[in-house]
Amino acid sequence: MALITLDVNGTSRTVDAEDGTPLLWVLRDLLGLTGTKYGCGAGLCGSCTVHLDGEATRSCITPVENAVGKKILTIEGFCEKPDNPLVEAWLDEEVSQCGYCQPGQLMTAAALFSRNPAPSENEINAAMSETLCRCGTQNRIRKAIRRVIEEGGMR
Amino acid sequence: MTSPTTTRRDFLKVVSVAGAGLALGVYDRQAWAMAEESGTTLSPSVYLSIDTSGNVTVVVARAEMGQGVRTAIPMLVAEELEADWDRIRVEQALADPKYGSMVTGGSQSIRTSWEPLRKAGATAREMLIAAAAQEWRVEPSTCRAERGSIVHGTTGRKMEYGKLVERAARLPVPENPLLKNPAKYRIIGKKVRRLDSPDKLRGKAIFGIDTRVPGMLIAAIQRSPVIGGSVKRFDAAGALATPGVRRVVQVHSGVAVLADTTWAAFQGRDNLVVDWDDGPNARMSSASIAKMFQEKSAGEVRIARNDGDSAAALASAVQKSVATYELPFLAHAPLEPMNCIAHTRADSAEIWAPSQSPLVARDAVAGALGLPPEKVVVHPTLSGGGFGRRLWPDFAVEAALVSRAAGTPVKVVWTREEDMRHDFYRPASLHRLAAGIDGNGKLSAWQHRIVAPSINIQLFPEGTGENRWRDAVDGAAQLPYTVPSILVEYAMANTPVQILWWRSVYNSQNAFVNESFLDEIAVLAGKDPFEYRRELLPVDSRLRGVLELAAKKAGWGTPLPAGMGRGIACHACFGSFVAEVAEVSVDSNGGVRVKRIVSAVDCGRAVNPDGIRSQIEGGVIIGLTAALYGEITIENGRVQQGNYDAYKLLRYDETPEIEVHIVGSEKDPTGVGEPGLPPVAPAVCNAIYAATGKRIRRLPIRLQ
Ligand code: FES
Ligand code: FES
Repeated sequence: MALITLDVNGTSRTVDAEDGTPLLWVLRDLLGLTGTKYGCGAGLCGSCTVHLDGEATRSCITPVENAVGKKILTIEGFCEKPDNPLVEAWLDEEVSQCGYCQPGQLMTAAALFSRNPAPSENEINAAMSETLCRCGTQNRIRKAIRRVIEEGGMR
Repeated sequence: MTSPTTTRRDFLKVVSVAGAGLALGVYDRQAWAMAEESGTTLSPSVYLSIDTSGNVTVVVARAEMGQGVRTAIPMLVAEELEADWDRIRVEQALADPKYGSMVTGGSQSIRTSWEPLRKAGATAREMLIAAAAQEWRVEPSTCRAERGSIVHGTTGRKMEYGKLVERAARLPVPENPLLKNPAKYRIIGKKVRRLDSPDKLRGKAIFGIDTRVPGMLIAAIQRSPVIGGSVKRFDAAGALATPGVRRVVQVHSGVAVLADTTWAAFQGRDNLVVDWDDGPNARMSSASIAKMFQEKSAGEVRIARNDGDSAAALASAVQKSVATYELPFLAHAPLEPMNCIAHTRADSAEIWAPSQSPLVARDAVAGALGLPPEKVVVHPTLSGGGFGRRLWPDFAVEAALVSRAAGTPVKVVWTREEDMRHDFYRPASLHRLAAGIDGNGKLSAWQHRIVAPSINIQLFPEGTGENRWRDAVDGAAQLPYTVPSILVEYAMANTPVQILWWRSVYNSQNAFVNESFLDEIAVLAGKDPFEYRRELLPVDSRLRGVLELAAKKAGWGTPLPAGMGRGIACHACFGSFVAEVAEVSVDSNGGVRVKRIVSAVDCGRAVNPDGIRSQIEGGVIIGLTAALYGEITIENGRVQQGNYDAYKLLRYDETPEIEVHIVGSEKDPTGVGEPGLPPVAPAVCNAIYAATGKRIRRLPIRLQ
């Protein structure tokens, strides 16, 4: 085991983890940040999406050592600010069903907005495309994203 | 699934709940009588409490899996209570027989809660009014309830519920509280915010897989790659040498590796060397099962429905058509894989399970551990999707046995691949159809022979009851059309593949077959598929109502660009009626794009219209996913698909526009979780036919 120091949601956290351990399990099991979800473990579903230096990253296939020195933002950190326009839009559109995929959906959408404050329909589809939802909330998510754009973006 | 009884007999009683000023329990009369006889105490099936600061808590026994029951059930109470929606909280009940069956399935949560929960709200309201009237020394009839307060009509005096609850709790419980006139509803039928969303979005909601208990280890299990195989021997050295791994134990389902973290357990599982006895199914494949179905289709059958003389009608038909339809096994694939925490002790056990049927889990765990059921406590957790999978208690029993074998509290986490390869699947099926039309093109004979495993019989082989196989004909035997002769038969074809209820159960297969073949007959008769259906449905029937509504909203009959087609289908199940119109484009390579689905729903009174829309959208998307991609195949006894690359889910760019139109109705509410699903696949395939002239008789759709 090795001690690794990570910058998680603006706080420096030291964990004892083997090299090669996916960041997902470090967040969930060692840091108790269970908002980041395990869906497939293979980079196929997006439930585990976090930001590394602002980039949407699938934490299930990111070895923890690759996150050292980068700013890690999880859903918990992303929602620290009380009036997050994305979360508000998600609530207004009543997006959530089981809710399990939603943290990953929000983190994916947030990364899209940080690159592109007014994405087109195609850009939305392309960015969100590989983030899966078994409950079928895709259309409401698209609506929520459009609502954010209409209401002036992420501010 | 059987339909719930609509007439439940409940009564209410004041109960003592710590911290609550007024707590009212809803009791099942029959259960109460039984408890009295056996001298046990009975707890209420649901309860509602109001504390001295005016917060209202509704304890809900149904599982929340995304269908919004933690919102819709409190809506019923809040409406009659005249509560302030912002003061409503909801709590999940522990698994206990006091809550009745607790099964969340068959789209029945709202159906069975409609009466008792409104009554509970109304009872509390009348008691609060009586308390205020006492306080003010006025007639109760001069007081009214309004948004969490009682108001005196003439003087305008006002008291919040919190201030009245202690007095109210000492008053007699009214036998027949007056329910509100639906015209005055301000919560039921209106848009309210879902109570569970904020925590879910912020990553704060704790699902089963997020739950922790002190001292627990995490386990991953290697299960037999071949269906029905068993462990011959195993070498744990590699697993035990994996950092973080603590223990390796064998259980009935395979070999479990227990570790400090999930990752260590997964790694340890991969480093485990197990020598499997493949058992009797090592040569089973999708092809061998299909062959067996073929053979069974010519063998012994049971009659599910026999109206008129279909053989004679077919013989004298002016034109006839025969067809064979085939559907595959499907996985549930909820995004949260199966998982469960168990803490077993010598004489008791505690379980934390994302379960759709916590009581069934409790009894199964008790049985497996040899404990009396009351020694097992099940805490239902949030579920990341269920779709029927979490009704079966296998994963809770397994966790309990791992905990017992290892002597430690444990959370068993299934890898995605284990979840997909060891699911209990939606059954595959084969259908043989024949139909005839008379000289006017009218349907005169309909024959449908279903060849499929029976979930009831496979799950409960020891069960008794003559008609248990009838689950497999659900949705087929109830063919809604007026036809002089109908024969529906069933040939049981059970297999070693585990099967279970999957969203809408057999309606998912049978509606596809009914509605696709009927489309074939409409074409044979040279009629418009919508008009043909409409004429065969009784005037004023609710199914005809939604059929007409969907057609109208979709612009049925208006021209579409070349390469596009429109298809329609309708089906009734779980008490509700749904029709869907699909608009599809097919490119020259056979690539199918579903552009738009228009859905019309009659589910009785719409308690939570936006929640209904959301459930129908979800049903449409799962149905479409199945139609386009869904297929579990078996080779050498092994399930081939292990993850979302091989078992695809619908992506954003493939998700059509979905419109949901709800028929206004005063009838009691019926199911919405499942009924949106069955019409999708046939509507899409009928649209493909309209666009290309190609009939799809086998799912998933493959045109190339
Ligand atoms: S869990 Fe990481 S992409 Fe699915
Ligand atoms: S809301 Fe359930 S998986 Fe997306």
